[in-house]
Amino acid sequence: MMLGATIDSGATAWVLISAAFVAFMTPGLAFFYGGMVRSKNVLGMLMQNFFAMGLISVLWAVAGFSLAFGGSGKYSGNFDFALMKDLATIESLPGYTGDFALAIPVLAFFAYQMMFAVITPALITGATADRLKFSAYAILIGVWSIVVYPAVAHWVFSPNGWLFQRGALDFAGGAVVHINAGAAALAVILVLGNRKGWPREAMPPHNLPFVMLGTGILWFGWFGFNAGSALLANGLAAQALVNTHLAAASGMLAWLLVEKLRAGHATTLGAASGAVAGLVAITPCAGFVGGVAPIIIGLVAGAVCYLALKLKTRFNFDDSLDVIAVHLIGGISGALLLGLFSDTKVNSLGFDGVFFGGGSKLLVNQLIAIAATFAFSFIVTWVVAKILDATIGLRVSQEDELVGLDQSQHAEAAYQ
Amino acid sequence: MKLITAIVKPFKLDDVKEALKAAGVQGITVTEVKGFGRQGGHTETYRGSEYQIDFVPKMRIELVVEDSSLERTLDVIRESASTGKIGDGKIWVTNVEQIIRIRTGEHGADAI
Repeated sequence: MMLGATIDSGATAWVLISAAFVAFMTPGLAFFYGGMVRSKNVLGMLMQNFFAMGLISVLWAVAGFSLAFGGSGKYSGNFDFALMKDLATIESLPGYTGDFALAIPVLAFFAYQMMFAVITPALITGATADRLKFSAYAILIGVWSIVVYPAVAHWVFSPNGWLFQRGALDFAGGAVVHINAGAAALAVILVLGNRKGWPREAMPPHNLPFVMLGTGILWFGWFGFNAGSALLANGLAAQALVNTHLAAASGMLAWLLVEKLRAGHATTLGAASGAVAGLVAITPCAGFVGGVAPIIIGLVAGAVCYLALKLKTRFNFDDSLDVIAVHLIGGISGALLLGLFSDTKVNSLGFDGVFFGGGSKLLVNQLIAIAATFAFSFIVTWVVAKILDATIGLRVSQEDELVGLDQSQHAEAAYQ
Repeated sequence: MKLITAIVKPFKLDDVKEALKAAGVQGITVTEVKGFGRQGGHTETYRGSEYQIDFVPKMRIELVVEDSSLERTLDVIRESASTGKIGDGKIWVTNVEQIIRIRTGEHGADAI
């Protein structure tokens, strides 16, 4: 069967490239986080992230994609596409018709979405650093990638999903990826407990150059994450790319400024964190805003996420690498700012936000999407974590934690 | 024979090494260490949280000398390692009971 004339070669090329860009982000994340942990735990962190590329990819092919994009249900996909059935031959997906018709092969869409499914649970590793048993982690993300991620992806990304139909907007995964992972991370660490010695003991990053390298890879890959979500090679993709870059840039500047004023120094870790905060916040907005909005969004995210760092000491939860401050709060900020800055002149398939004559309708829908995503992800993840903790135990033993994950979980030493 | 142990600031290592060579010392052993004396540590900031880091990086230099060269060698080290600022380090001296050159089996002063 010949793939139809609706396939646009430019769009297809761009989405395939974007899939590779997003795939690269998981190793990028691995080093971004890896450099931040103590040297005795660096392999533990790298392993968790690389392992996600293995396990989640296979689970996506087996069932995840189908549960996210199969069938015409409002709250869930189905198993029509399990084991990638028909994906190489069908010309469209349920809901992707009319204005939302795909100009790329379905398999390209499958591949692109797969990379999102992989990196989302990997984000959790930043919160649980240094104390999560590898076997428990593997089962946790495996289960999560079936029972949590596809549902949220369906609600928000699929034109059949209930949040999409309500009119909530999420261009590239502010809710599906960042709020989803952030909520899950919070749930897991509440079950897992704080690291031994936290917060008294100093646990500085063991390799900040790795962190910067990881940040560079994430920033680069994010062009695929956001601009690829246009699913077209056109002006909208260009706008999304520009928005992504400017938000990263402004996020960095805002964080550095607030950091300098409040803590006395502008740091490399701050520059990296601010850029990522900007990138997180622009993720839902990337193809719906224009003009100077990305700069404002980045500035707000950089400042807000820096201030959100205090939450963990305030409420005594050890979110080791600030996944909640950056991804959860950044994702929420971006989703709300979208309710303000969304402009149908940028994307006629969106809705106008408060500042563009749309009133509060979009903003309210964003709030609903945020709340639904957070509640579902937090509750289900918490239940899964509790079950795992009661059966095999989530946490490494005290001694294993002191010796370090590299040795205790993987019988390896990072640096000879 | 005496073992001289000197803890010096890392960036002074080259100066000390050159001064010792010029004074005729045949060999030294160097290790990277960290420690603190009266020089306090420093603070580092990570994501808004400040940490007090007590330990300061130093270099430890060890060398064995004959009793007759001891005082001169101590002077050489002290002059070349000094910056006049806090944290310059310390030197201490212990007795060496035996010293052997591995390649030849020489003992005592011949092995220095």
